Amino acid sequence: MNAQIRRVAALTMVMFLALFGIVTFDQFINAPALRADPHNSRMYYASFNKDRGPIIVGGDAVAASVPVDDDYGYQRTYAQGPLYAPITGYYSISLGMTGLEWTSDEILQGTSDSLFLTRIQDLITGSQPQGGAVELTIHPAAQQAAYEGLGDQRGAAIALDVDTGEILAMASTPSFDPAVLAAHNTTEVQQAYDDLLADSANPLWNRTIAGNLYAPGSTFKLITAAAALETGRYDPDTQLDAPSRLELPDSSAILGNMGDSACSSTGTMTLAEALAISCNTAFASLGLELGDDVLRAQAERFGFGKRLDVPLPVTPSVFPPDPDRPQTAMSAIGQFDDRVTPLQMAMVVSAIAGDGVLRTPHLVRTERGSDLEVVATTPVTTLAKPLSPESAEDLADMMVRVVENGTGGRVAIPGVRVGGKTGTAEKGEGKAPDNWFVAFGETDDQAVAVAVVVEDGGKAGLQGTGGAVAGPIARAVMEAVLDQ
Amino acid sequence: MATVAPYPARPGRGAELGLLALALGTSIYAFAQVSLAMTGELTTDFKRFAIGYPALALVVHVLLRLRAAYADPVILPVAVLLNGTGLAMIYRLALRYQVSQPEFGQIFSRQLIWTALGVVAAVCVLGFLRDHRTLRRFTYTTMLLGLAGLVLPLVPGIGVEQGGARIWIRLGQMSFQPAEISKILLTIFFAGYLVTRRETLALAGPKFLGLRLPRPRDLGPIMGAWLASLAVLIFEKDLGTSLLFFGLFVAILYIATDRPSWIAIGLLLFSGGVVVAWRLFAHLQTRVDTWLDPFADYYESGYQLSNGLFGLASGGLMGTGWGKGRPDLTSLAFSDFIVDSLGEELGLTGLFAILICFLLLVQRGMRAAMGVRDGFGTLLASGLAFAIALQVFVVVGGVTRLIPLTGLTTPFLAAGGSSLVANWMIVALLLRVSDGARRPPPATHEIDVAGLMAAEEGSQAA
Repeated sequence: MNAQIRRVAALTMVMFLALFGIVTFDQFINAPALRADPHNSRMYYASFNKDRGPIIVGGDAVAASVPVDDDYGYQRTYAQGPLYAPITGYYSISLGMTGLEWTSDEILQGTSDSLFLTRIQDLITGSQPQGGAVELTIHPAAQQAAYEGLGDQRGAAIALDVDTGEILAMASTPSFDPAVLAAHNTTEVQQAYDDLLADSANPLWNRTIAGNLYAPGSTFKLITAAAALETGRYDPDTQLDAPSRLELPDSSAILGNMGDSACSSTGTMTLAEALAISCNTAFASLGLELGDDVLRAQAERFGFGKRLDVPLPVTPSVFPPDPDRPQTAMSAIGQFDDRVTPLQMAMVVSAIAGDGVLRTPHLVRTERGSDLEVVATTPVTTLAKPLSPESAEDLADMMVRVVENGTGGRVAIPGVRVGGKTGTAEKGEGKAPDNWFVAFGETDDQAVAVAVVVEDGGKAGLQGTGGAVAGPIARAVMEAVLDQ
Repeated sequence: MATVAPYPARPGRGAELGLLALALGTSIYAFAQVSLAMTGELTTDFKRFAIGYPALALVVHVLLRLRAAYADPVILPVAVLLNGTGLAMIYRLALRYQVSQPEFGQIFSRQLIWTALGVVAAVCVLGFLRDHRTLRRFTYTTMLLGLAGLVLPLVPGIGVEQGGARIWIRLGQMSFQPAEISKILLTIFFAGYLVTRRETLALAGPKFLGLRLPRPRDLGPIMGAWLASLAVLIFEKDLGTSLLFFGLFVAILYIATDRPSWIAIGLLLFSGGVVVAWRLFAHLQTRVDTWLDPFADYYESGYQLSNGLFGLASGGLMGTGWGKGRPDLTSLAFSDFIVDSLGEELGLTGLFAILICFLLLVQRGMRAAMGVRDGFGTLLASGLAFAIALQVFVVVGGVTRLIPLTGLTTPFLAAGGSSLVANWMIVALLLRVSDGARRPPPATHEIDVAGLMAAEEGSQAA
């Protein structure tokens, strides 16, 4: 009977070979498809059950994962949650990811290509891949100053390092606590999320780069002035028409100045003087002389209309595509359909303070492996050269005069060369305006560009002006950065 | 001179001890990994296992030295390794369930007790059964008991239906799958019956399509086995058990008679029965549909299989490592789907190793069958070995989507008392038969003792 047994034994070999085959299919050949299947909750849990790397600011983790004893294995925690929420975003089981948790997910999760060597090591040693860390450019004291300065008001404040493009502060209020949304109780998370969505103050927005965008108000005059200087036909001392009331062409509308005051007794004034006192009629007539195409081209050289990731996606700022002449006049002073992000205005100031060179704004300084070894450093790159060094220097001097003897007196800092520009974006009769202040502060070592906006006049309400409401915040941020 | 000596006359107990050390070392290492990965420390359960499990294995080893010194040295270590691996996975799942599904928190302590009982059963078989040929005397008794075991779940009051199949009996707290024991009893019956009838059944009948068919009057036994397996399929709704018994019978029938036509007839009969049953029973159709596309009805019928496959996929080549996967996401991860759980945490590599262990067990059983000198022993050992192979094929093929899923337990690995006890008894029987196969023939008075001794000296010198 041995011959038959050999055949039956051979049959069992065939049966086992079939099993080897199917197991190879399931675990190797078809495994990628199974892993990618949307039904596969294992991958979902696995993505949370990881020692996700921290987000680091000034040597401290502002987002980190700690081991917990539940289905997910790790809990994401946020030290000083509301302060950094616009930057970190949240990492939630039911809501997904936002902010840097989203844009830097690969490195935090440990799957980024920059962690290739670490991953090879993990494969050999069999250890669970650990997430990498992300170190931010944020200056903790500046961030704190911006957030505290905004306080209970709605608004945003952002600061850029003029020479590197590093984002030193990025505060947006009201904020929220990402820890609440990162909790593992999905019912409670959903409730908290619904409440945040229903809040009319929109706490989930990062107002520095997104949200509804703002009318820039008089801060746009910097762009109009830059456009004028760049034509070569204007310099800071060029005389501009500055009537107390400007009849806008092709319409019956009449433009006045703030408080209906005359800008000048003579009816003309220099470009520098017009900027210093923020004369509407002078800049509106300048805008009419230049035309909307020149204004738009200058705005686009500063970054208007262009997509930018810092790596958080920035909503492009808008100069109206096809304004008629009265609309062009209004656009030249930052009204009508101009819409900007505070980051965009900070970029304008940064280019002016940086001799016409605009460095690419960025939030991530380094990416690090789980051992905190640097695996990638964000290089300093030039995004654009929106104006010539000469124009930039002239304009910077004009901004200094705004602080020294114009509308921006409140932001002067002893020992620092400070230039600024106020803005008060009208939103209609009886409505409190949005108050702007953009500025740069320069010492021998460092230069910082700041943009601050406070919605609806902030605490001052209808009485709010850019210099009074937003100015002190800009000054506090610059002082924190320059350590004055 | 046609004297065949297929085995060297070496007992091999030393080799067995060495292999046992490997098997126990691997099992204890697996347990330590589970314990550390899940709790961060070496638990009391780990310590109990690390002391108790080697003790159990050594009891069998010592008994073999005393009672079956020539038994195959590979079989016991393989069984110990498989049982140990299964225990480690069940322990790993139990630690998880203590948090998430307390109703399953006891699976490990139960399995540990059943392992001990299984080893006791093996010790009893080896201790009381000094010669496997004794079993032949009970050919018809085993048939009656075996069939009784098969129909027991149908008895109202003690039979229980679980997962659509009625193959369990419950006595108080304990539930038991009598078919597992019936598998052994009926193998003994098939071997005893066919070894007497093989001459008759091998007689040739009419020739059809180049295949020599048996005489019609000899069709009785296979029809009987077929009807019994159909009864299991229809009344207990258990395709796996039905397939196992019928396949086992046909294999032994073929080995006994050397008539391939029996295989053809068997396949024909069985597929006919399955097709009819498939048309009649919705749950069989569901099984086939799930096999063809587990994701079509993902949240209902396809959920279990899909999640098993997800587990395998997330294991990949190397596995997640003990305690680091999520096998608990698959329902019945500790019984029907334990192979998927092991595949997830030990990877393709680990699953291959486990399959190779089973293959070793099967092939050593076949070796014993070929080596043993009596026909009954040959049929018994080859039948038991084939039963293991078929059962592993059906259950592993089911959870890996090679074939439709049926309800059989994975030998030694899956949680379940009846299965463990039955498989330890099978191991004991294979050890007993292999001892008969490898033991040098006793010197009889007809042999010239001096000549034999001279021959032995010669072989030692060589």
